[in-house]
Amino acid sequence: MTPFFVITGIVTLLGAAFAMSLRNLVHCALAMAVAFSGIAALYLQLDAQFVGFAEILVYVGAIAILIVFAILLTRSGEAPEKSVLTSGWMAGIAVSAMVFTILGWAVLNTSAIPKEVPPAPLATVKHVGDALMTKFVLPLEIIGLVLTAAMIGAVIIALKEESKNGNSGRKS
Amino acid sequence: MTALQGCLLISALLFAIGFAGAVTRRHAILVLIGIELMLNAANLNLIAFWRFGPHPEALTGFIFVLFSMALAGAEAAVGLALVIAIYRHRKTSNLDEVKELQG
Amino acid sequence: MFDQLDQIFVTALHWLVGFVPEAWRPLASSLICIAFILSVFPAVFSVTTIFERKGIGRIQNRYGPNRVGIPFTKIRLAGFGQFLPDGVKMLTKEDIVPRAADKVVHFLAPVVMLIPVLLAYAVLPFGKNMAVTDYDAGLLFFFAVGGAVEVSVFMAGWSSRNKYSLLGAMRAIAQMVSYEIPLILSAVTVVMVVGSLNLNDIIAHQNQYTFGVAHWHVFTPWGLVGFILFFIASLAESNRTPFDLPEAESEIIAGYFTEYSGFKFALFFLGEYLGMFAIIGLGITLFLGGWTSPVAFLAWIPSYVWFFTKLMAIVFIFIWIRATLPRLRMDQLMNFAWKFMLPLALINILVAGIWHYMAADWQRWLVCSVIIFGAYVVLGRGLMQNQKFGKRIYRYAE
Repeated sequence: MTPFFVITGIVTLLGAAFAMSLRNLVHCALAMAVAFSGIAALYLQLDAQFVGFAEILVYVGAIAILIVFAILLTRSGEAPEKSVLTSGWMAGIAVSAMVFTILGWAVLNTSAIPKEVPPAPLATVKHVGDALMTKFVLPLEIIGLVLTAAMIGAVIIALKEESKNGNSGRKS
Repeated sequence: MTALQGCLLISALLFAIGFAGAVTRRHAILVLIGIELMLNAANLNLIAFWRFGPHPEALTGFIFVLFSMALAGAEAAVGLALVIAIYRHRKTSNLDEVKELQG
Repeated sequence: MFDQLDQIFVTALHWLVGFVPEAWRPLASSLICIAFILSVFPAVFSVTTIFERKGIGRIQNRYGPNRVGIPFTKIRLAGFGQFLPDGVKMLTKEDIVPRAADKVVHFLAPVVMLIPVLLAYAVLPFGKNMAVTDYDAGLLFFFAVGGAVEVSVFMAGWSSRNKYSLLGAMRAIAQMVSYEIPLILSAVTVVMVVGSLNLNDIIAHQNQYTFGVAHWHVFTPWGLVGFILFFIASLAESNRTPFDLPEAESEIIAGYFTEYSGFKFALFFLGEYLGMFAIIGLGITLFLGGWTSPVAFLAWIPSYVWFFTKLMAIVFIFIWIRATLPRLRMDQLMNFAWKFMLPLALINILVAGIWHYMAADWQRWLVCSVIIFGAYVVLGRGLMQNQKFGKRIYRYAE
């Protein structure tokens, strides 16, 4: 629990808190990118180098940009005038506080935590590659299919529809 | 408090924040942001247990997280395509206003 | 003697770090490496701006800047001192922030651009034993921080509250995301053949000589195609002509950094050029042998001299291309990335696999070259089918 770890954790949690509570959606997306970078730094401190770099590549480099594009394509760039919270928000906050309380109590009072810390595992790219190709080859192939299906599906869902007289949805 | 407990607490708090946001906010995209935060919290949990648990050389938690990230990317793409399609039909991305199944 | 000259910076680093007590040594070593990068690469940036202006001027049949020497002295350097007054001008210009702009995001955008770009230099090996960090997944680190630059482009374009800035930012992000894929796929071929993501291992794989010629990856069929794809994709990633539609002066004034002036614009400019050097450095490491020499009898020249020579040679080619080729339109740019470069990069991966598994003689050269040439011709004809080129018509203003 080095100080660096605590600072990274605080930055991540602040980023996440801002991401969920700011009024302006673009600020929320940028705070979310900060939270993702904080999580990547946490991964790097846990000796998971490949996962840390993959987190920046996938989440900050792709998902954050995707969310930003979606915000702009749905014209939500300006701050809304009405309330940003849905009806029944108090129940949501109460449930989430309860979730955190139970999880925190379980974590702090458990006896299942091993006392000695194992040495840093050897998670080099070669080991990851070997594992992916021998032990985890079935999930690898399946995720190839899943990603292809998701890509094609996302394009089809977001495609502009051609109406019957070929006006592509415009009303003349 | 050991390092593992610190990681688990951070992940639990991140999950709670993501959950609170996903359930409380009105805009569809903010719900998706909350879901991404929850997925990240779960991934952090997995990596913490991989690092501090027995047999880290089996790389099980590590590979799980890699696949979880790939799936999160796919799910974000499809979810955002859905939000864009809903906006195109209903001209709103407020979840309170897309409550009814209509034409 | 030449070995000592080669390792002179490493021994200087060890000597300097020896002054510091034991516990602070890693921190001191990192700080000295950071100081080295922060002093050398902006200097290379200044020299490049001069060469760019003079080079483009000469290609366009005019002189570039040819008068400025060192200011306040009588030394005349025929224009090579131009970067000093330019730097002073950028630093002293008034910093204009639009009234409706989002102040925090507008301020942070140049900073967020510079940080990933400078981080990318941490894995490049500038010479033998001269990489700042030796990550096991160094190549992935480079691509990860390259992807983080897009966030700053969006921040700059959106926070200016200018619809043309936003349009330029969206175009720039679409272009960067599209060209990241051929970039990474052409680097994947190198990773496949070498078997490691570590940049020092990739250079060690190229550091062998047969008949006096090095085993650079660019001297193999898949490496040549990979290098050309990487080169074109890095032109697009740095927003250089012919892919500079997002920031071209005659198109959109300056795209996503229209509303920036003074020091923030200087930071963007610096960040763009530093990004260009970083990605050229990676291309040199992957395909052109990094700090190794091409022929065995020139291996006595220090390794960092080779690295920077190759860097400046490729920067010169970038400048040459900028002065020569016209700009691509946005849809032409995207078509080129998705319909030509991506299939060719995938076929290149296939060819690299065939190369790796065939025996090492002339047949594999023939098979790989035929596959690549066939793919290039088929894809090229496929792209050209929708073009209609008639006879060139000249219309005069009468």
